[in-house]
Amino acid sequence: MLINFESRWTRIAPTASIPPREGRAVTVAGAELAIFNLGERFVTISNQCPHQGGPLCDGIVSGAVVVCPLHGWRFDLNTGLAVRASLPACVETYPTRVEDGIILVDVAAARRIEPNEAVA
Amino acid sequence: MKQLVVVGNGMAGVACVEQILKHHPDFEITIFGDETHVNYNRILLSSVLAGEKSPEEIVLNSEDWYRDNGIRARLGVRIERIDRARRLAIDSTGAETPYGKLILATGSTAFVPPIPGAGKKNVHVFRTLDDTRELIAKSRSGLKAVVIGGGLLGLEAARGLQLRGCHVSVVHLMDTLMERQLDRPAGELLRRKIEDLGIRVLLPRQTQALLGNGRVDGVKFASGEEIEADLVVIAAGIKPNAWLARESGLEVRRGILVNDYLETSDPDIFAVGECTEHRGQTFGLVAPLMEQGKVLAATITGRRGPVFTGAAPAAKLKIMGVEIFSAGAVDASEPGVEVVRYEDPSLGIYKKLLVKDNRLHGVILVGDTSDDRRYTQWLREETDLAPHRRHLLFPPPAADSGLEVAEMPGSFVVCGCNGVNKDDIVHAIHEHGINTLAELKDRTRASSSCGSCSGLCEQLLRAVAPEFEEETRTTLCACLPFSYEQLREIVRGQQLKSVQEVLNVYGNRKGCEVCKPALSYMLDMLWCGRHDEDRSARFINDRVHANIQKDGTFSVVPRMRGGVTSPAELRRIADVAEKYNVPMVKVTGSQRIDLLGVKKSDLPRVWADLGMPSGQAYTKGVRMVKTCVGTEFCRFGVQDSTRAGIELEHRLENLFTPHKVKMGVVGCPRNCAEATVKDIGMVGQDGSWQVVVGGAAGKSVRKADLLITVETTAEALDACELFFQYYRENANYLERTYDFVERLGIEAIRKATVYSTDAEKRKLLERLRKSKAIAKDAWLERDTPANPTQFVQIEPLETTCS
Repeated sequence: MLINFESRWTRIAPTASIPPREGRAVTVAGAELAIFNLGERFVTISNQCPHQGGPLCDGIVSGAVVVCPLHGWRFDLNTGLAVRASLPACVETYPTRVEDGIILVDVAAARRIEPNEAVA
Repeated sequence: MKQLVVVGNGMAGVACVEQILKHHPDFEITIFGDETHVNYNRILLSSVLAGEKSPEEIVLNSEDWYRDNGIRARLGVRIERIDRARRLAIDSTGAETPYGKLILATGSTAFVPPIPGAGKKNVHVFRTLDDTRELIAKSRSGLKAVVIGGGLLGLEAARGLQLRGCHVSVVHLMDTLMERQLDRPAGELLRRKIEDLGIRVLLPRQTQALLGNGRVDGVKFASGEEIEADLVVIAAGIKPNAWLARESGLEVRRGILVNDYLETSDPDIFAVGECTEHRGQTFGLVAPLMEQGKVLAATITGRRGPVFTGAAPAAKLKIMGVEIFSAGAVDASEPGVEVVRYEDPSLGIYKKLLVKDNRLHGVILVGDTSDDRRYTQWLREETDLAPHRRHLLFPPPAADSGLEVAEMPGSFVVCGCNGVNKDDIVHAIHEHGINTLAELKDRTRASSSCGSCSGLCEQLLRAVAPEFEEETRTTLCACLPFSYEQLREIVRGQQLKSVQEVLNVYGNRKGCEVCKPALSYMLDMLWCGRHDEDRSARFINDRVHANIQKDGTFSVVPRMRGGVTSPAELRRIADVAEKYNVPMVKVTGSQRIDLLGVKKSDLPRVWADLGMPSGQAYTKGVRMVKTCVGTEFCRFGVQDSTRAGIELEHRLENLFTPHKVKMGVVGCPRNCAEATVKDIGMVGQDGSWQVVVGGAAGKSVRKADLLITVETTAEALDACELFFQYYRENANYLERTYDFVERLGIEAIRKATVYSTDAEKRKLLERLRKSKAIAKDAWLERDTPANPTQFVQIEPLETTCS
């Protein structure tokens, strides 16, 4: 295993390790992430469903939305925001890119869009 | 009483008569129709061709309607001549019908360009129900069909033929499709969408001749190029059917000339519909014709006043997944016209508005036609767009679901097909106590034609009706707007072999957690393994063959046929539980043992160490056969239930079903293994077995119905299999046997299974055997995983120092 001191980007795995429209869990720098293969691109969110901690990596992918396998909460993979949830909720998203067939995630750049409670 | 004769039994004529009836006129009405059918919805012929609707489903006015309203319908009788001096309509039999007033509603006919060979066999037009029936009779899987004409009707015909299994090419004279309704980018996007459906599009092609000796076998273009064709459909447009008016000496140009009151040059003769020409315009779409009907109804019943002032052209393509709408002007180069445009190539969405003097002048929508009504309203009412300028392309977000309804003015036309506005609907809801969409359709006809306003009607009902009841949903989900039955037909007929393929062609491409597992099941059941299995379309339990628990761990239940185990098996189970620190070992209600709290990554090794097959406790499939000890040990047993149960489990294990299937076999009517509350049960009696189905002891409790009583164990097992396969093929996904049996009725199920012909029974069992032959123990994936990371967590290639 290599230890990366310079870049903020962490090399995760070859793209082939995640089949299309599926997700996989990975732990990077103490954070448990779920990476999804959306066909034309890869996206990363935190793996824990804010509802009851369900593993989002195991959810069914519907376009750019993942459905938690435990109770069906839905999260937009682009923004991390819960879709049509009974309560406003969100998960972190992480910048993700592919280079030379390897998926890279920028763990330090976690982004969290707080759901606007006034709207919900 | 005055004699009113209506020549033409199509949508415009009959709709006009409906309007006339509202005025309670003093008329004796006779309708002549040269088609032999009652009035049907011509707009939906493409749905009939596509197999989405039956001819009966598109009937607008049944025979009862004619009878109840005292209307004489002369169907299959054509008026050949009008003797205006003697006021007689003379029909093909020579009979003379006197009239006081006469309405010409002769519609239009298909325009067939003068192409050599157009008279050959298997060259058709697509205009009437009879045309449609002929096309359905001729089309079959693998046939090469060529549609000449890339307009609305041609494209719908092409899709219909394709859904019947034909290889379809559309050829069009111009270099964009629907060029009269769309601009070039929209036409280009449409071409792409049509090609994505698997239809070949040839542009621009001028058809020079149809080839073949008697029967068509090819199409030749002006360029010299030739393509093969077993079937040709000419959809090059329509022309007003005005010969009768012309022969009778009325003023006719392209169509029968009418003024704003729908009067012709003869004061006692009127015309309505596609046969008319009004202010230089002819018509081919239904909405303006309904408007005409209302005006004419007023004129002819002595309430002359309302006028028809023409209508902006509007067209909507009815191909599932290819949303196209166009209304008003298309030409953006007119002076003073501003263009407002939105385009998202990857979503396939294109919206373009032409605005002139702050009024909507034209609109083109591709890929998202959800706002078509708003634009139609703006066009019709020449709405000042100043207050809407910021929301021209997308309506402002509505926070409350009733807002859209609240914002609609009372005159807002909800149903364009039948000309029903918001006030009509609200009024009808209160007057008749309407609470369902079906009642609303029945009373107001709103949403009874093309159905595209049904969502709006439901919103209105929700907002207004005191006790609104949602219709029981028959479609799978919003991603895929078809019923299970339709989908089974589509998947079978179209030879669709993967979930993504079905979603791409018939759905929204995305799918969801509802439709994806349902489609996965359907493909597995229909194709018996000859399909592309897509793990991403299945619930996590079916990706890793274990049942996910609240903490993300899994439970493992090995198969223990008939609930019979051995000391060696029990030892292995105990060893596994210790080796993997299984937090809980539990005896289940199914006479099996559950290991709870197993980590995903341990699953393959747990299965290997157990050395037992999957019990399918995690899936919609064959769970268990619970048994009692029967004749082997029990002093009351009269049948060998243990052996029969184990045999039943062997025969059905590893198969998937619409919902879980739990079974039980008992050796005497004391029913110790509770067979009468199982999906399938066998109850032993002295010298016979009772096979029972549809029992439940879960969320609902239901005693199973008796399917049949048979003498031998072999016959009982066969009966179980017949029911099992029939359920697999005909139940909706996630429909338990107890709902299935109640929905169909046990009599119908007996008829379709144990009482059906030997040939039918054999076919059912053959399909079951086919599926069984490829069904395997899912836990063997411990050695050959579906993908390298099926069970393992990904380890990053490097760690970061943060």
